Amino acid sequence: MSGPFDATTPAGTVLAGLAARFPEASFVESQGDPVVRVARAGLVPLAAAAREAGLDTFIDLCAVDYLDRPEGRFEVVVHLLAMEARLRLRILVAVPGDDPRLPSLTGVFPGANFYEREAYDLFGVRFDGHPDLTRILLPDEWEGHPLRKDHPVGSVPVQFKAVEGAA
Amino acid sequence: MSNPPDIVTGETEAPALGMPPAAPAGPVDESRRRTHEVWLSGTESPGDVGRFTSEGAQEMLADEAPRVLAGQRGSLVGDDYTAAAAPASGDTQIINMGPQHPATHGVLRLQMELDGEAILRAKPIIGYLHTGMEKTAEALTYVQGATNVTRMDYLSPFFNELCFSLAVERLLGLEVPPRAQAIRLLMTELNRVASHLLSVATQGMDIGALSMVIYGWREREALLGFFEKVTGLRMNHDYIRPGGVAADLPDGWEDGIAGILAKVPPGIADYQDLLDDNPIFKERTVGVGVITAAECRAFGVTGPILRAAGVPWDLRRAFPYSGIERYAFDVPVGSGGDVYDRYRVRIEEMKQSLHLVEQVAAAMPAGDYRSDDLKVTPPPRARLDQSMEALIHHFKLFTEGFKVPPGEVYQAVESPRGELGMYLVSRGGAKPWRLHVRGPSFANVQALPVMLADSLVADTVATVASVDPVLGDVDR
Repeated sequence: MSGPFDATTPAGTVLAGLAARFPEASFVESQGDPVVRVARAGLVPLAAAAREAGLDTFIDLCAVDYLDRPEGRFEVVVHLLAMEARLRLRILVAVPGDDPRLPSLTGVFPGANFYEREAYDLFGVRFDGHPDLTRILLPDEWEGHPLRKDHPVGSVPVQFKAVEGAA
Repeated sequence: MSNPPDIVTGETEAPALGMPPAAPAGPVDESRRRTHEVWLSGTESPGDVGRFTSEGAQEMLADEAPRVLAGQRGSLVGDDYTAAAAPASGDTQIINMGPQHPATHGVLRLQMELDGEAILRAKPIIGYLHTGMEKTAEALTYVQGATNVTRMDYLSPFFNELCFSLAVERLLGLEVPPRAQAIRLLMTELNRVASHLLSVATQGMDIGALSMVIYGWREREALLGFFEKVTGLRMNHDYIRPGGVAADLPDGWEDGIAGILAKVPPGIADYQDLLDDNPIFKERTVGVGVITAAECRAFGVTGPILRAAGVPWDLRRAFPYSGIERYAFDVPVGSGGDVYDRYRVRIEEMKQSLHLVEQVAAAMPAGDYRSDDLKVTPPPRARLDQSMEALIHHFKLFTEGFKVPPGEVYQAVESPRGELGMYLVSRGGAKPWRLHVRGPSFANVQALPVMLADSLVADTVATVASVDPVLGDVDR
């Protein structure tokens, strides 16, 4: 997929247009799906351009903890969809473990709001510019980010409120 | 339970309900906040009135930042929200609906600012059913994984299993036999009918058409009975597994399908007689909870809500799976994007799914119901009595599982609620490195402020019911 795109299909046209505008982004293929890898600073411009190019349906955003990867411990994965071109695009952004920050996509896709909160809640990846970056699935007072790989299953004793005087 | 209070003598005084011991005086004890002592934000001590409704960081503030406010008013996409710009009377109140409200279909909580009966803004708060299933998935083998994911969207368990199995099979490069594909389609389309039956039934119930809930359950029972006959369970089946399905269809399954096809369509006709032109039902649903196609796209809203907004988008058409492209079906589309259109879309989808079931059952291919790849398929039960190697193979498969080549894949299926996607990362082991589930309800619930802003409190119930959220899918 790194070569020329099939411009005879609507999907190929969209991808070729994006690849021409973002030469620093690398387009590859994974299991038949187009995947593009960008640097952190390039995420928001790429997503905005993708939305203009027809990838205007926000599908998903999640994080993955690779723990020991040289290019960055975390990976933030964004899925966009173009309904007319029947195209899915996966955007991968490597995020270093010692500085887990990323510009927020909420200005481009309002639907990224809950997903970024989820990635923050479970992985501790911070999204700069997010309007309300609070925990979403876990209780507010929870400590740590449990989907990180160094957070083992069962490490947190579940606290129940003590009932005074209970026998 | 060792010392029950002596109610005969009356010497022990029963504690007055709702009156916990007096609060300690003095400054705020920060350490108590960490111990799940519930506080009302803004109060100084747990002794203050209302101490049992802590809002914490989820509090809806009287004055929010402009972006936050726009989100709560549902005005992030489009700018035709003239009603929202109307000056409030200055006498507004912020209330909670849920998480224990019966009409929120689970533990969904909505904070709303009201001006009289009108909703100025709304904020969904979720997480009450979070059980860390994505973390659990990392500790389970691919063989065990389907058992975990089937519990997420508990009203459409077959779709969870199908999505997981398709993702694993894509990483494995595994083809499943035609009969397994047809059985998967048969079960998932029946599941769509069962899920929509529940949705339509509770939709009617929530806005006062109480007989709907009895009718809907009546027909759904026929489907759940068939699921039990095939899989042994009424929910959480773990029937669709990587490589195929757990067991072949039982003897007499054709009669079960014929019974469903004879029973459910007349039931659907009943609902339509009851609701389609019912003036009370239309009064409560037409023009209520509207969301436009552009807003659906920006928020990732899919499924019947998107189709009711006029977008003919169905993953079974766009990205077909399990050979569904070989069968004929229509994609029903609405035009109003309101509660009524969602109801109508679900009714039509049930008919289309039953039509699909009829075709699949009539042309059920012969052959194996699971892959013959011995890496993922256990040996037949009879072989275990004859062959030590088969016994070892069986034991290893269910203890260690099978390894999946490194890679990442995103697989999506059209669940009754929209796009159910799973992002699966393998690093070569027998367990997933990461399994992220893109639940349709998560995105749909996020768009609730768009549908609720400027409507009436009473319409909240109708709107939430039409979104048909499954909180097991939202919170995972």
